[in-house]
Amino acid sequence: MTIDEIKIGGLGASRSRVEDNRFVRGKGNYIDDISLPGMLHMEILRSPLAHARIKSIDASAAWAIPGVRLVLTGELMASRNLAWMPTLSYDTQAVLATDKVRFQGQEVACVVADDPYIAKDACEAIIVDYEPLAAIVNPTQAMADGAPIIRDDKENQHDNVIFDWEIGDKDGTDRAFADADVVSELELHYPRSHPSPIETCGSIADFDRSTSKLTLYMTSQAPHIIRAAVAMVAELPEHMIRVVSPDLGGGFGNKVPIYPGYVVSILASILLERPVKWIEDKTGNLISTGFGRDIYLRGQLALRKDGKILGVRMHADSDHGAFFSDAQPSKFKIGLLHSAFACYDIPAAHLTARGVYTNKAPGGVAYRCSFRVTEAMFFQERMVQAAADDLGIDQAEIRRLNFVRDDDFPHRTPFGFLTDSGQYRKCLDIGLEAIGYEDFLKEKQEAKKNGRLLGIGISTMTEPLGAGNSREYDILGIKMFDSAELRVHMTGKAILRTGAKSQGQGHETTWAQIVAHELGIPAEDIVVEEGDTDTAPFGMGTYASRSTPVAGAAVSMVSRKIRAKARKIAAHLLEVSEEDIDWELGRFFVRSSPDTGVTIQECAMAAYSNVPDGMEPGLENNAYYDPPNLTWPFGCYITTVEVDPETGVWDVLKVVAVDDCGVRINPMIVEGQIMGGLAEAYAISSMQMITFDEQGNCVGSNYMDYLLPTAWETPGFELHEVVTPCPHHPIGAKGVGECATVGGPAAFVNAVLDALKDTGVRNIDMPLLPDRVYEALTEHHDVSGAPPLRTGS
Amino acid sequence: MTSLFTKVSPEPTTDAGVRRITVSINGNQHTVDVEPRLLLAHLIRQGLDLTGTHTGCDTTHCGACTVLFDGTPVKSCTMFAVQAEGHEITTVEGLATASELHPIQESFKDEHGLQCGFCTPGMMLTAKALLDENPDPTEDEVRWALSGNLCRCTGYQNIVKSVLAAAARLRSQGATDEEEGETS
Amino acid sequence: MYPPRFKYEAPDTVEQAIELLRQGQGEAKVLAGGQSLVPMMKLRFAAPEMLIDINNIPGLAYHGADPDGTYRIGALCRHVDLEKAEDLAEQQPTMAAAAPLIADPIVRTRGTLVGSVCHADPQGDWASVMSSLGGSIVAQGPNGRRSILVADFVAGPFQNVLRPDELAIEAVVPAPVGTRAGSYLKLERRVGDYATVGVAVSLEFSGNEVARAGIGLTSVGASTINAGEAAQELVGDDLNAGAIERAADLAAQASRPRTDHRGSEAYKRHIVATFVTRILSNLRLTIQEVA
Repeated sequence: MTIDEIKIGGLGASRSRVEDNRFVRGKGNYIDDISLPGMLHMEILRSPLAHARIKSIDASAAWAIPGVRLVLTGELMASRNLAWMPTLSYDTQAVLATDKVRFQGQEVACVVADDPYIAKDACEAIIVDYEPLAAIVNPTQAMADGAPIIRDDKENQHDNVIFDWEIGDKDGTDRAFADADVVSELELHYPRSHPSPIETCGSIADFDRSTSKLTLYMTSQAPHIIRAAVAMVAELPEHMIRVVSPDLGGGFGNKVPIYPGYVVSILASILLERPVKWIEDKTGNLISTGFGRDIYLRGQLALRKDGKILGVRMHADSDHGAFFSDAQPSKFKIGLLHSAFACYDIPAAHLTARGVYTNKAPGGVAYRCSFRVTEAMFFQERMVQAAADDLGIDQAEIRRLNFVRDDDFPHRTPFGFLTDSGQYRKCLDIGLEAIGYEDFLKEKQEAKKNGRLLGIGISTMTEPLGAGNSREYDILGIKMFDSAELRVHMTGKAILRTGAKSQGQGHETTWAQIVAHELGIPAEDIVVEEGDTDTAPFGMGTYASRSTPVAGAAVSMVSRKIRAKARKIAAHLLEVSEEDIDWELGRFFVRSSPDTGVTIQECAMAAYSNVPDGMEPGLENNAYYDPPNLTWPFGCYITTVEVDPETGVWDVLKVVAVDDCGVRINPMIVEGQIMGGLAEAYAISSMQMITFDEQGNCVGSNYMDYLLPTAWETPGFELHEVVTPCPHHPIGAKGVGECATVGGPAAFVNAVLDALKDTGVRNIDMPLLPDRVYEALTEHHDVSGAPPLRTGS
Repeated sequence: MTSLFTKVSPEPTTDAGVRRITVSINGNQHTVDVEPRLLLAHLIRQGLDLTGTHTGCDTTHCGACTVLFDGTPVKSCTMFAVQAEGHEITTVEGLATASELHPIQESFKDEHGLQCGFCTPGMMLTAKALLDENPDPTEDEVRWALSGNLCRCTGYQNIVKSVLAAAARLRSQGATDEEEGETS
Repeated sequence: MYPPRFKYEAPDTVEQAIELLRQGQGEAKVLAGGQSLVPMMKLRFAAPEMLIDINNIPGLAYHGADPDGTYRIGALCRHVDLEKAEDLAEQQPTMAAAAPLIADPIVRTRGTLVGSVCHADPQGDWASVMSSLGGSIVAQGPNGRRSILVADFVAGPFQNVLRPDELAIEAVVPAPVGTRAGSYLKLERRVGDYATVGVAVSLEFSGNEVARAGIGLTSVGASTINAGEAAQELVGDDLNAGAIERAADLAAQASRPRTDHRGSEAYKRHIVATFVTRILSNLRLTIQEVA
């Protein structure tokens, strides 16, 4: 009689994905697949210059092209008070430039036409007269005396500094350094990288004058936040805005922010009373939308001779581009950079950070990353390797020595977060075993005799996922909860809606598994919907690996509410008191007579046909889950590489990942997430790079120069798991989507540097392109900064 | 799109700005008037409502728009619709029958060879062309053949697994078909 | 990305194509594989008034050797045809090494060798390969055909010496004077990347002696570089270590790379020398094995 949870697609089932049925048929419904009657098409004219004053815009030739319906410039936007919009980081951002352009690719004008070819023709016909200004492309230039002020639109802005911020115990840290046997130092640049989902951003705004309702189809990982923001920016009442986020062709953080294209398409639809579609081209996506990283880090570790870390000092200079429009909801200016060193037991730490404006695209931080944890963990693991090298200690041993012990939870991290669970040494040991650590070290020595350069790199980290508890997070004052609404129909089938928004993570599959686990309803009997703000409960969306920690928890909690009501119905049906019945998966039974019971499906039928007196009919509910803490998954990534000493080309020999993300809802999907994350870690460390020349021209504005690895270069991955349930999550799950992207890059870089150890080179900044590795190898010096400008060194 | 193409009956056109072409897509003949600059991908997507063919980049790198052109994979964003005159095109919508998925589609599902699904149609069509030619590829041959199609979600490992699984499935299907052929 | 308007013609014969080119007066472009031209039009870097699509002209998709060993590649021979040609490794080892390294597998199903040489992208692989082989482009105009050495054909970045009314009909590699050997090495950061550096080396042996040599360099100058002096260093000698070293040095000297995000000038020169050495050392090993 007992239901096999795996068979009904419950927790732990590697159930094949529901959404794949449409995707493999080509029946996904992405933004550009949507076509509305009477729809017009919008294209954006972008600035070719990084910094210039706009002297004039002549759009007369554009207006003259047959099929052109509207040309929008900053002037027109300003007349509607829409030339500027507020950002999620409490700054302002130009929608269409009025006074100046501040980065290459900035939106200058938009054309709406009968088809996108005509719209593009018209954009080409607009004549903009620019007066070029000197461009600032890195923090050093931004902070230099006499640097031109980028944000001269802001009254109290007299330099290019956005913020100065600090955290930690300065005096305690100073004392730790005074007591140190050895101080290790490292300075590096984590380059600007772009999430670059294959699908770009886009929207279709459809304003209906007769109902005053705006329907906005758009590529958003967080449709409810968009609705709130549009209500504020466009001054439309919230109930008259419906945001629909259809299937997303990848997101990785790129589809969280609000971009000018969305806003202009809304105004165009209001003005023209026609649906207006905007589909960004790849160049537009790469040069103007949310990037990741671009931060200069330096730090020191206070060390005891045996490798024990006594204290940490860190400083960050972060490059935010022309507008401080980070889509990061933490209460900390530098995001969660201070989650660094969370897996190590370190008594004292101090961090200072400065954010600056530059003439580069705005909207950074979140690229498969919880708001700078990627930079934090990369720096941490590079620093630990540097310390091991300085002390002549084995790189695995120094980690083992400093790890927080399994029996030492909850643990306060060096900068004040609270970690709650983990088995760090066990993960490391599994990883070392899998890579064949001791054997590889011998092989490496042997290979060296033949002039071959082998290297091994380790990266271990715990990171804070699942934004987030209200102590540390909010968006525009809104708490970072998430939500679920469950409606069980009379036949026991159900519909579940959440405030999250899948962009490939498989929510339609996994959320049903949580309900199956809680209620015993087969997963295939549950349909999952997300992304439509008219039907889904208010939620904060999907990014920062927050869906399982927050929305997933809400799914659990709403299921439990349903179960509580079903229990009352069961007692009524079984004619016993509620206290006398027990629950097993899918069924209530009389404790004293276990064969007498009712299934959840029978309870559902009764909820609509035979409820006890005084009970309201129906079986539906919702839950808003405000997480008590972040979840702290652990990852151990180990790679081996071989460097070609003649060319600097390096090949990956093996990649091992050991992930502890707590209880796995669908192991197949979890492994898919980890492999995807590892591929991006490889990409970031080896080739992906958005960089700029002296004039602020973006190098990496299309896939000719912004290199994404193919199936050919991407290495194979060997995955292992450890399960330490999260103590505060209803089903013990932790976030996982970004772990490998966060932890992985340091493993690749450490491996290459390990291969180059004899040269004394301490750092090569990513991406480790062959010429940079070759330079380090032959000239025995660090290679820092972003090419073609190497300002970091 | 309004001016770029119209579906018409197959009589000669007099409009100098457009070209009348007849194309076979997934076995169905379509006669349309197109502006010469219309990209094949846009004819397929907007003109013929087959939106499973995606466009992902501007520079012929991502392969999301891959279709089979007389059986050969091509990037449909890098051809003009006029060039398809008289040719046969297969899109992702042409893989499955009404009742049954193609073994490649089954395998992508079973092996978790997709996440967001955006690159998937192109990947599957490239895989089909590979398996049509080489029914028993090695992992390296699969990786090589797929190296003109970019994926950001999966890390490729499960895509490669899917293609290898599909190859096995197709081979065993072929063997069964042959046996059945012999007995009947 | 949406290309600008153009007039489209799809002639059935070479003669019609040439007539259309003549009418185009330099504002017409030939569309063969289109794998470089179409993206440039989408990015609006190119806006030809007329496209002359030659894909409907029969009889241009050939490749193969004449009885005397002269190797011809027709204007519609796609990269993939060469990649899959089983006898190519034996007949044209340098081409066989290069074919799988052109762009990516799907681009190779459309793109053509002749189109690639005509495009004259300094980062294009085929021009170096053809240059190393002493190959020519056959151009046909209203007054007949002429043959132009690839080394002379490429006039600069994205410039060739074709007259406005000439169509490149085929690429020709002259018959060998000895046994062919050669290879192509390309430093690319991922499949489909342009070469950071590409090196084509083509040799012909008479016994152990190099009877003819050619070296072509990709991506290390404003146009394809024919490192003739370096190649000459190899001729008349068995492929000894000294000759290899001198050829590598001279090839590096012949290169004129620029520092950019793909690498420094010095690095690129170093890669030229390294690749020349690698190819020649491997060839020497092969020869020794055979002997």
